[in-house]
Amino acid sequence: MSTSTTNSSPIIEVINVQKSFKKGDKQELLVLQDVNFRMNEGEIVAILGKSGSGKSTLLRIIAGLVQPSAGNVFYRGASVYGPVRGTAMVFQNFALLPWLTVLQNVELGLEALGIDREERRERALKAIDTIGLDGFESAFPKELSGGMRQRVGFARAIVVNPDVLLMDEPFSALDVLTADNLKSDLLDLWQNKKTGIHGILFVTHNIEEAVLLADRIIIFNSNPGSIRAELKVTLPHPRSDLDPRFRNQVDRVYTLMTTAASGATEDLARIDIGYRLPEANIAEVTGLLETLNTPEHNGTMDLPEVADTLMLDIDELFPLTELLEILHFATISKGDITITQTGKEFVEADILERKKIFSAQLKKYVPLARYIYDQLVHHPRHRALEENFLSLLEDYLTEKEADRVLQTVIEWGRYAELFAYDYNAGVLSLENPR
Amino acid sequence: MISLRNTFMTVYKGRLYPNYWDIVALLLALTVITLLAWNAKQMAVPYQLGQMIPISLEPSHLPGYALRTVLRMLIAMVFSLLFTFIFATWAAKSRRAGRIIIPLIDIMQSVPILGFLSIAVVGFIALFPSSMLGPECAAIFVIFTSQAWNMALGFYQTVRSVPSELKEAADMFHLSAWQRFWRIDVPFSMQGLLWNMMMSMSAGWFFVVASEAVSVSNQEILLPGIGSYIALAIETANVKAIWYAILAMLIVIIIYDQLLFRPLIAWADKFKAEQVAQEEEPHSWVVDMLHRTRLLRYFGLKLTRLFDSFVNISILRSKPVTYSYIVRKQRNEVVIAYAWNIILAVVLISALVFLGDFIFRMIPLSAILQVFELGMITAFRVFVLIVLVSLIWVPVGVWVGLRPRVAEYVQPIAQFLAAFPANLFYPLFVIGIIRFHLNVNIWLTPLMILGTQWYVLFNVIAGASVLPKDLLQVADNLGVNYWLRWRRLILPGIFPYYITGAITAVGGAWNASIVAEVVSWGDKKLVATGLGAYISQYTAAGDFLHIALGIGMMCLLVLVFNRLVWRPLYVLAETRYQLV
Repeated sequence: MSTSTTNSSPIIEVINVQKSFKKGDKQELLVLQDVNFRMNEGEIVAILGKSGSGKSTLLRIIAGLVQPSAGNVFYRGASVYGPVRGTAMVFQNFALLPWLTVLQNVELGLEALGIDREERRERALKAIDTIGLDGFESAFPKELSGGMRQRVGFARAIVVNPDVLLMDEPFSALDVLTADNLKSDLLDLWQNKKTGIHGILFVTHNIEEAVLLADRIIIFNSNPGSIRAELKVTLPHPRSDLDPRFRNQVDRVYTLMTTAASGATEDLARIDIGYRLPEANIAEVTGLLETLNTPEHNGTMDLPEVADTLMLDIDELFPLTELLEILHFATISKGDITITQTGKEFVEADILERKKIFSAQLKKYVPLARYIYDQLVHHPRHRALEENFLSLLEDYLTEKEADRVLQTVIEWGRYAELFAYDYNAGVLSLENPR
Repeated sequence: MISLRNTFMTVYKGRLYPNYWDIVALLLALTVITLLAWNAKQMAVPYQLGQMIPISLEPSHLPGYALRTVLRMLIAMVFSLLFTFIFATWAAKSRRAGRIIIPLIDIMQSVPILGFLSIAVVGFIALFPSSMLGPECAAIFVIFTSQAWNMALGFYQTVRSVPSELKEAADMFHLSAWQRFWRIDVPFSMQGLLWNMMMSMSAGWFFVVASEAVSVSNQEILLPGIGSYIALAIETANVKAIWYAILAMLIVIIIYDQLLFRPLIAWADKFKAEQVAQEEEPHSWVVDMLHRTRLLRYFGLKLTRLFDSFVNISILRSKPVTYSYIVRKQRNEVVIAYAWNIILAVVLISALVFLGDFIFRMIPLSAILQVFELGMITAFRVFVLIVLVSLIWVPVGVWVGLRPRVAEYVQPIAQFLAAFPANLFYPLFVIGIIRFHLNVNIWLTPLMILGTQWYVLFNVIAGASVLPKDLLQVADNLGVNYWLRWRRLILPGIFPYYITGAITAVGGAWNASIVAEVVSWGDKKLVATGLGAYISQYTAAGDFLHIALGIGMMCLLVLVFNRLVWRPLYVLAETRYQLV
C-alpha cells in the first residue's frame, strides 16, 4: 500500500495552521506555526517529534477537537469545525469507559449515531471479531491487559467505519512485545483491506515505530511546533528492524532530527534565560558520559546505538544529549555524539570534583542558573522566593512548563551545590553564603 | 471495612484565598436570607393551618411515624439529586455559571440550617394557606438544604475531574451533551455521589427530627413523625417514650443502611474509575440475592433497556456540526455574555442597596455588637469542644485503627453513631443537669458535638488503619517509641483524616448550637448564653429581623473560621501529609 495515489484529491489538507494558547493577560504562547501538509488516499502517515512539540495538538486540530488560532483544516474538501463524521481516534491511554463492558464500549460510537440496537450489536460483534477480541465481549476493561484494552480501543474506532483513522501514540503505553504484536495485526488489517479505512495518521515519538509503519514520516520541530522535514519510506512490508535498509532509514531520521538540534548548536551556546531547559536527570547524564568514555566507544557513538545500548527512546535520550550540549560536555553532529575535553574531565573526576566542574559549567552556560545564583549572592540574606523566578519564566513559557523548568534547574543547582531549596516555604537560598 | 475519608461538608478545593466572586456570592446569600426574613415579617399573621393530626405517645403509632419521617427524608433526597444534576452540571460546563454558583453553594454550606426553618415555614405556609402542606414542605426544604450543597459540590468536583481523554473520546464519537451526561459524567461521579448521599442522609436524620416540631411565633406545629413524638415526650416529661423513640430510630437506621445504602454501594463498585481489579469488593446480601433471582434479573435487563432508550432518545442526539451552526452559536454567545453581565450587575446593585438600607435603618449598631459577642461565645464553645473531642478520640481511634480485628467491629459502630440523630439523646442529658443542678452554660455545651464527634473517631480509625506497615516496622526497627513515634509517624500519618473529621464535627457543632443551647424538659427550660440560643429564642418569638441578623452573623463567622483555619489546614493536609 506504499504507493500513494498523489494525483487524486487529498483526504486531509492542513493549510497554514497556527495554534497559540493564551497565558496571562496579554501574552500568547505559540505552540504550532505555519503547518502545511496533505494526506492522500491510501497512505499511512506518521508525525514524529519530541514530547511537547505540539504534534498531539496538531492531531487534535485535524480531528476537530481543538480549534486552530489561524489557518484551515479541510477534510475531503470541506472545512473542519468540530469532530468530523468519518474520522475515528485511538487514544494513548485507551480512553475506555471502565463501567461499560467491552461490547458496550465498542457500541458507544454507534449509539451516538442513533443506530438501532440489533444493527449495533451485529456490527460491534463483527468488529470485536476482526480485532481478535472474541470471547471478551462481556469483560470489563479492568479485567484486560493493556494490549487487550488497546484492542478494544481499535475495535471501537473501526466499528463506526471510519474513512480516516487517527491515532495518538497508540502503542506507547504498551510493553514492547505487546506493541509489536498489535502493530503487525494493524498492518494485516490495513493490507487485507478488511475495513473501509482510506488513510491512517498517527503521532509518535518512537523512530522505529514510525519507520516500521509509515509510508511517509513528518518530522516535527519543537518551540514552536513546525514541520522540520518529510521523509518517504518506500521499504516493502513486512519490514524488519534487522534489515540494513531499515537501519539505514532509522539513521536518516536520527540525523534529520538532530540536525534540527545541531542547527541549534549555535543557539545552545547562547540560550536565553527563558530557554526551555531539557528535563535531564544528572545521574543519567553522567551514565551516558561514562558509556561514551569507555575504551570500546572511545568518546564517540552513533545516536541509534546509544538509544539501543541504554534502552532509551528519543523522549528520554534527547533531553540528555541536549543538556550535554548545553554544558559543553559533548557535541552532536550527523547523528553522532562525541565527548568533549570538559566532558572527559567531568567523568574521570571524583564526586566532589564532578560537582565543581558541573557547577562551573552551569554558571557559565545556563543563564537561568546564573541569574538565580546572582540574585541570591546579592540579596542581603541570600534568600529569594521561588515565585519570583516562576513569574519571570512565565513570560516565556506556559505555567506548567515554567514550573517544570524551574524544578529542573533547582535540581541541577542543588546537585552543583549552587543553592539550597526549601520545598514547603518555596524559598531558595545560597548553599554556602560567603 | 470502609476506609474512605468522609464528611458531610465537601471542602471546595478550588482556591485558598477568596476572590471577588466569593464576595459577590456572600452578598447574594445574605440578601436572600434577609429578603426572606423581610417577607416573613410581612406575612407573620397568625397562621391558618389545616387540621393538625394529633400526636400520640402510644408506641404502636411509632412505626407509622417512622415511615413518615423516612418518606420526608427520601423526598428531600430526590430534590437534592435533581438540584445536584442541574446546578452542579451547569456550573461544571459553563465557566460563567460556575464562577457564581460554586461560591454561592460553598457559602450556603455555612448557613445554619435550623435557623432557616422558621423563615421557611412562614414562606411555605403563605404558599399553601390553611393546609399542613406548608409546614410539611418547610420540613422537606430544611432537609434538602442539609443535603444538597454537599452533594452538588462533590458532584461538581468529580465532573470537573473527568479525564480529558474520556472527554475527547466522547467528542470523537459524537456523543451529545445528554448522552455524555448519562454515559460519562454520572457514572464517573457515581461512587462519590453515593458516598455524599449517604453522609448527607446521616446528617439529615438530625435535621429531620429537629424540623418536624417547630414553634414559630408562639405557635407549635407538629408534623407526624419521630421528631414530633420526641417533642411531645419532652413536653410531657415522659422518659419511657424517649427510649421508645430511640429504639424506633435505631431500627429505621439499620433498615435503611442494609436495604438502601449497602446495596447501592456494592452496586456502584462497578463505576470505580480504576482500571485495575481490586482484591476486596464491597458486599451486600441484598445485591447477592438480587443477582441470583431469575425474575429480578429479568427485570434488571428490562430496566437496562429502558435506561438505554432514555439515554439514546432521538431528539437529544448529536447533530453534525455545520458552518451556520457555528456562526449562530458564536453570535448567541455574545448576546448571552452581555445579558448575563447586565443581569448580574442589576442584581448586585439591588442587593447592595437593599442590604445597606436594611442594616443601617433597621438595626442599631449595639444589636450587631451584641450578636457578635454571642457569636464569639458560641465560637469559643466550639473551639473547646473540638480540642476535648480530639484529645479523647484521637488516641482511641489510633489504638483501634492499628488493630484490624478491633477496627472491624468498632468502625461500623462509629459510623452508625454518626448517623444517629443525637438530638434524641438531649432529654437524657437535660434530666441529669436538672437533677444535679449543674451549670447550664458548661453542661449544655457537650450536646453541640454529641452527634458529630464520631466523625473524628471514624476518620482517625480509617487513617490509622491505612498507615503503611513498612513505616511502622521501620519505627520499631529504629526504636522510635512513645512521644517521638506519635510526633514523627502517627500524627502526621493520620493528619489528613483527622482534619476531614474535625471539619465535619465543627460544622455540625455550629448547626447543632441552635437546638443545643436551648433545651427543655417538661415545663423546665434551660438556656445557655450564645448565638444558637439567640436564634432559637427569636424563632420562638417570631421576630424575623433578629433571626436574619443571627443567621447572617453565624454564617459569616463559620465562613471566616473555615477560610482562616480549616481550609488552610485542609490544603496543608492534602499537599504535605498525603501518604501515597
